[in-house]
Amino acid sequence: MVCEDTDHGKYKRVKTNKMSNTLFDKVWDGHVVKKIKGGPDVLFIDRHMIHEVTSPVAFLGLKSRGIKVLYPELTFATADHNTPTINQHLPVEDPLSANQLKALESNSNEYGISHWGLGHQKNGIVHVVGPEYGITQPGATIVCGDSHTSTHGAFGAIAFGIGTSEVEMVLATQCIMQPKPQKMRINITGDLGFGVTPKDVALFIISKLSTSGATGYFVEYAGKVFEEMTMEGRMTVCNLSIEMGARGGMIAPDETTFEYVKGREFTPKGEAWDKALAYYKTLKTDDDAVFDKEYTFAGSEIEPMITYGTNPGMGIGISQDIPDADAIEGGVATYEKSLNYMGFNQGDHMIGKPVDYVFIGSCTNGRIEDFRAFASIVKGRHKADNVTAWLVPGSHIVEAAIKDEGLLDIFTEAGFVLRQPGCSACLAMNDDKIPAGKYAVSTSNRNFEGRQGPGSRTLLASPLVAAAAAVTGKVTDPRELMEELVS
Amino acid sequence: MAYDKFTILKTTAVPLPIENVDTDQIIPARFLKATERVGFGDNLFRDWRYNTDGSPKADFVLNNPIYKGKILLGGKNFGSGSSREHAAWAIYDYGFRAVVSSFFADIFRGNCLNIGVLPVQISPEFMETIFSAVHKNPETEIEIDLAAQTISLVATGEKESFEISSYKKDNMINGFDDIDYLQNIKSDIQEFASALPI
Ligand code: SF4
Repeated sequence: MVCEDTDHGKYKRVKTNKMSNTLFDKVWDGHVVKKIKGGPDVLFIDRHMIHEVTSPVAFLGLKSRGIKVLYPELTFATADHNTPTINQHLPVEDPLSANQLKALESNSNEYGISHWGLGHQKNGIVHVVGPEYGITQPGATIVCGDSHTSTHGAFGAIAFGIGTSEVEMVLATQCIMQPKPQKMRINITGDLGFGVTPKDVALFIISKLSTSGATGYFVEYAGKVFEEMTMEGRMTVCNLSIEMGARGGMIAPDETTFEYVKGREFTPKGEAWDKALAYYKTLKTDDDAVFDKEYTFAGSEIEPMITYGTNPGMGIGISQDIPDADAIEGGVATYEKSLNYMGFNQGDHMIGKPVDYVFIGSCTNGRIEDFRAFASIVKGRHKADNVTAWLVPGSHIVEAAIKDEGLLDIFTEAGFVLRQPGCSACLAMNDDKIPAGKYAVSTSNRNFEGRQGPGSRTLLASPLVAAAAAVTGKVTDPRELMEELVS
Repeated sequence: MAYDKFTILKTTAVPLPIENVDTDQIIPARFLKATERVGFGDNLFRDWRYNTDGSPKADFVLNNPIYKGKILLGGKNFGSGSSREHAAWAIYDYGFRAVVSSFFADIFRGNCLNIGVLPVQISPEFMETIFSAVHKNPETEIEIDLAAQTISLVATGEKESFEISSYKKDNMINGFDDIDYLQNIKSDIQEFASALPI
């Protein structure tokens, strides 16, 4: 059976050759320039974001081959990975970081790419500013040399992280070469419980599937829980897709999406918007489309989550105990090595574990909604004396909203200080490093050994769990503090 | 980036039977600050390999002189986490030309193929066989034949085949990369792009 091509003016991109397609098929197939027999697809990339760490060698490659950037207007540069989060008006002290920042600026200038460097109004974490300025659009293909590019899938885009060789490919030809991944759908039905956030949903899914459970797949998140989520929440979920090995994750765009996207600086305007919107509305999985793998969980199963090990799959409900080695999949030696690194034992309670640092920020939980959640708990309380807290907004827009909404006053009264935008302790390339042996409750995305500084020990959690730890100085169920506020 | 052609690799191997080795372990973020692709091999597995004072950790396999060779044997789900191609560069720069595991993370596998390191995925059973052969005798030789898509233990002849797309295989055998290919179809790309709402 052959379906008619959909016709939406300039957006005549989705050519369906069979009746039932997934959202992912529609966007992917609409971007295939060429299929190579026994090899990958040549995929056209609509938007490319670059930062200072994974782009310099790509530009060197261009130079040595003597080629130009094919479509400089489709690439956007922001500095975020190793920028400082205090005194951003001063020169960057670390000479190596300063050198990378300079390289990003000079390469961008040389090739005519928009550059949002340190001090620029639009500077911030690449996956926070992309959506804020409307670079991220439904149905687009978006890549960046950072694995959490999956964030942009929240808009119904195909977005994923690439390596530096691929950054060079996109600069040179606006294409990359990848085999089409398999398709997975993850449904969460029903409603979420009290105190359960999008971060908990994602950590829950990863704990069920493991860090490699979705390798080779592109995931679509579906069901009421995601339909009712804000764009910020959807971004948090899609952001963490990579932590279960998925190439990326996406959510079908709906009124919430259109409302968010409309009127942003780089989104279509006027008549172009109407056409774009008509195209966006075609972006959903057909009723009888088939996935290679499908999972369904009930929202009511999920409680606030926390990780206890050295990969994001090692997470449990906060009220539970660390599992015994024989209850988990995988090698016992690797599991024991991980707990040993964390200084934890099988069967330990998580609640009550001492906490030294709290980090709220990153492209996972550095948006305004995350700071609102954090504020809801610290309001009227005080930072615990034993805790060092780093509050790092994802962008200047987030920073401004924190001030405008009065959250900064709440933070200041509670003894917290707000820092300036950047990746910060998410990967500790700047000075924001958790010291060896210390415990950090972190709203970021990775708890790998040394991720937040050599020897650091990371407990991944939501902004609510982070807030509860920040005011009590230990792992605490945030629902207890929330109930207090309600009563 | 040009790399050496890959045909047949016959060498001893270095065993690292740890699962979920992430790219933050392969090369920690603080060593990603270079603007050129040189010297990453020195920091391969930095925090597993060296103490904070820079002295080598005696119990880490790269510091054990009885294990050497151009093949790295990894545990399941090798290369998860960050997309940093620096991880693959560090492996190449250190002198490895192939990584063998029963399962690879996606982006890492792609990065390896793009820079001339061959990821060889085999069954968990054969992986066990290889690990124990190498542990029993560090001089154990392994042969990877890319054209035939096979990996074998030279002494016993035990063998398994592995998958690779014919396109990537040709690239590795000839030392080509994707940009060479894409440059050749530029007019197709431009034609495709002209139909898009840019
Ligand atoms: S915040 Fe962390 S995960 Fe996000 S872009 Fe920065 S380094 Fe990558």
